[in-house]
Amino acid sequence: MYPKQEVVAMLLAGGQGSRLGVLTQKLAKPAVPFGGKYRIIDFPLSNCVNSGIEAVGVLTQYQPLVLNEYIGSGQPWDLDSMNSGVRILSPYQQIKGTDWYKGTANAIYQNINYIDRYNPNYVVILSGDHIYKMDYSKMIAFHKENNADCTIAVIDVPLAEASRFGIMNTNPDGSIYEFEEKPEHPKSTNASMGIYVFSWDKLRKYLIEDETTEGSEHDFGKDVLPKMLEDGQRMFAYQFQGYWKDVGTIDSLWEANMDLLDPNVPLDLSDESWKIYSRNPVVPPQYIADGASVQNSLIADGCDIRGTIDFSVLFSNVVVKPGAVVQDSIIMPGCVIEEGAVVQYAIVSENTVIGKNAVIGARPEDIEDKDKWGIAVIGDTLNIGAGASVEPKAMISKDIEEVK
Amino acid sequence: MRGNNVMGIIFSNLHENLISQLTELRTMGAVPFGGRYRLIDFPLSNMVNSGINKIGVITKSNYQSLTDHLGAGKAWDLSRQRNGLFILPPFMDPADYANRVKTFNSIMPFLKNSSEEYVVISDCDVICNIDFQKVFEKHVENGADITLVYKRGQLPAKLQNPTVLSFDSKGKVIDVLVDPSINGSCSFYMNIMLIKRELLMELVNKCISKNTMSFKRDIIQGEYKNLNVYGYEFKGFAPVITSMSDYFNANMALKDGDVRSDLFRGDRPIYTKVRDDMPTKYGLGSKVSNSLIGNGCSIEGEVENCVLFKGVHIGKGTKVSNCVIMQDTKIGSNCSLSYVVVDKDVVIRDDKTLAGQPSYPVYISKLSVV
Repeated sequence: MYPKQEVVAMLLAGGQGSRLGVLTQKLAKPAVPFGGKYRIIDFPLSNCVNSGIEAVGVLTQYQPLVLNEYIGSGQPWDLDSMNSGVRILSPYQQIKGTDWYKGTANAIYQNINYIDRYNPNYVVILSGDHIYKMDYSKMIAFHKENNADCTIAVIDVPLAEASRFGIMNTNPDGSIYEFEEKPEHPKSTNASMGIYVFSWDKLRKYLIEDETTEGSEHDFGKDVLPKMLEDGQRMFAYQFQGYWKDVGTIDSLWEANMDLLDPNVPLDLSDESWKIYSRNPVVPPQYIADGASVQNSLIADGCDIRGTIDFSVLFSNVVVKPGAVVQDSIIMPGCVIEEGAVVQYAIVSENTVIGKNAVIGARPEDIEDKDKWGIAVIGDTLNIGAGASVEPKAMISKDIEEVK
Repeated sequence: MRGNNVMGIIFSNLHENLISQLTELRTMGAVPFGGRYRLIDFPLSNMVNSGINKIGVITKSNYQSLTDHLGAGKAWDLSRQRNGLFILPPFMDPADYANRVKTFNSIMPFLKNSSEEYVVISDCDVICNIDFQKVFEKHVENGADITLVYKRGQLPAKLQNPTVLSFDSKGKVIDVLVDPSINGSCSFYMNIMLIKRELLMELVNKCISKNTMSFKRDIIQGEYKNLNVYGYEFKGFAPVITSMSDYFNANMALKDGDVRSDLFRGDRPIYTKVRDDMPTKYGLGSKVSNSLIGNGCSIEGEVENCVLFKGVHIGKGTKVSNCVIMQDTKIGSNCSLSYVVVDKDVVIRDDKTLAGQPSYPVYISKLSVV
C-alpha cells in the first residue's frame, strides 16, 4: 500500500533537444551540464523537493543512460524515500503492443498506473529544459483557491518576443479564455512556461479520452488543453515572477550560463533557503596558480587554472594551461585548454582537449559580417589539434587535426 | 575489489592536546583540512579504496561534529546492508578509552563479532593516501604477524611517544625504541598497523590481565621479539600534525602540484561529505594566485598563497596572504590578513588587520567576530 501523496510531479525528460546539436548527441536535454556543476534537471528536481513534493516521475525516452545514471536512487535530492521519491519511467512493452511515448500527453497516459498508486489530488507537469527557481506549492495553493481544473504558469514576456511563445489570454479574474500558439499578433504577453497543475481526476479522464481521439497528436499544448478549454473546464493562468529561461537553444543556454555572472540577474544559486541540489564529483578543491588571472567567472572544484579566464563558467576538473585564454565561454567537465589556446564565445563539451595555440570562436566586435558570428560549439571527448582554428557559430563533432 | 578479509579501526580522538585550539570544539578526526576535507576522510577513504568495507571509528568525547560529518557513512560508500560504518563511542565511561589498550578492551565485543581475519588500525593525525592492499600483500608475503607502517625522516618535534624501528635486511623489526632522543633521519612508526584480528584480541587480553597499559611499550616493544613483526615503508606525502604550525604547513603544502597529485589521486580519491555549494565566484577586480580554493566562495579581493575552504567570502580591497580560512568565514572589505588560521563561521569586519608569523600563525577560533 502506497501512502497517499497530495501531489505527484511528472517531469517530461524524453526530448532530444535537437537544437542543442552536438551537446545532446549522447544525452537527453535535461542532462546537459549547466552553471559550473549542475545539470538542467537539477532545477525542476530541486524545485519539487523544496516545494514539498515527494513523488516525482521522470519520463525518459531519448538517450537515457546519462540521465538515468545521474538521477540514480535520487539521493542527492533526498528523493530516495522508501515508498516515494524519484522514479524513472521509460516506455515499456504492454499486452496490447509496444509504443514509444507518442506525445507529452501520451507519456503521462502510459503511466497512469504510476500516478494512481499514490491516489493524488493534483498532478504537476514539468519539463526538463528550463532554468528557474519556483515554489510549486504556491501555484498549487492558487489552483485550489480558484477551484481550478487546470492551472498554467505564465510569465510576462516583452511584446516583441510574445510571438515565439504559447500565449494565454485571460479574463480579469485570471481565468483563461483563449490559447494562441505562437501568434503573429499577440493579444497579451502571458507566455506559458510549460508548467501545469491539474486536478488528477479531470486530467485522468481527459488523457483516456485523448488516447482514443482520432488525429490527436497526444500533446498537452495541441490537444488536451484546447479540449479542456472547449469543454468549459476551469482553467487559470498563474503569474510567475522571477527568473525563468528556456535553454533549448545554444544561444539561450549560453546566455543563461552568463546570467549567473551578472549580479543584476535574479538567479541566486547560493541562496540557502532554496538550494539547487546536484550530484557532486569527488575531486579536490580548485587551484589557481601564480600568474593566472580570473575575472568575473564561476569555477568549480577540481580545476587547475594557470591561464586567463574572463566572464566564463568552468565545470569541475578543467585544466587551463599557462598562456591560454578563455573568455565569455562555457567549459564543461574534464576539458584541457593547452598553452596559448584562445577560446572566446564558445561552449566546449566534456573531456575535450583544445590544442596549443588553437583558436576557438571569436568576439563579435572582431567580426565584420555579423551574420557569421555566433557561439562556437565543440562536442565532447574531441581533440582539437594544435594551431587549429574553429570559426564562430561552428558546431564541431569530429576531431580536428593539428595545423602546422 | 570489495569484501576482502580486512576490517578497519580508526582512532579519531588521539593526540588532540597537540592542537588544542583546533580540537576545542571537535575531535581530531573532525579537524577541517585542505579546503574541503576533515582529517578522518583520509584514513576512511584509504580503507574504502583498499576494499575494506567494515570500519569502526573510535571516538571518546566532543564528537558531535564528527558524527554530523560521518552520518551513516554514505559519502564513503559505507552505508551498507552488510558491514559499513560503526561509530564506537565509550559504552558508559570515557575512562574506558583512557588509552589504546583499554579502548581495544572496551570494543572487544565488536572485534569478537567480526569475521574478518585482519585489522588495519590507523589514527587521524597522519595525512596520506596509502594503498592498504599493498601493505596487505607485503604482510602475507612476509608471513608477518604484525606489519607496522613507517616513514623515514626527521622525527616530528612534538610527536607523542615516537616509536623508532630498526630492521634486518628483510624488513623484519629487530629493535623498537620508544621516545628515544635521536638527531637526524630515522624510521618512525606512523601509528598505522596491520594485524590478525585474533592476535590483536589475544595481545590486548594479555595486557589487561597483567595491567600493563601501553600499546607501544607493552605490545609493540614488548612482543616484537616473540612475533614476526615487519615494517612497510610509506614513501608518499605524509605529514603528521603535532602542532598548529604543522597543521598550517600541511595545508600550505597542498599548493604544490606534486603533493596534490600524490594525495588526491584519481584512482584512489579522497571522499568527504559534500554540501551543495555553487561553484566559486571570482568577482571583477579580484586577484588570486597560488591558492587552493573550495566551492561556494565569493572572492572580490586579493588572495595569495592561501587555502580557502568552501563558502568563504573575501571582500573588496581586502588582501589575504598565506592564510588558511575555514568554511563559511566572511571577511569584509579593506582587511589585511597574513599568516592567520581562521576557523569556521568567523566574521571579520571591514578594515581589520591581522598578522602572524610564518613559524607561528595566529589562530582565530570558530564563530568569533573580529
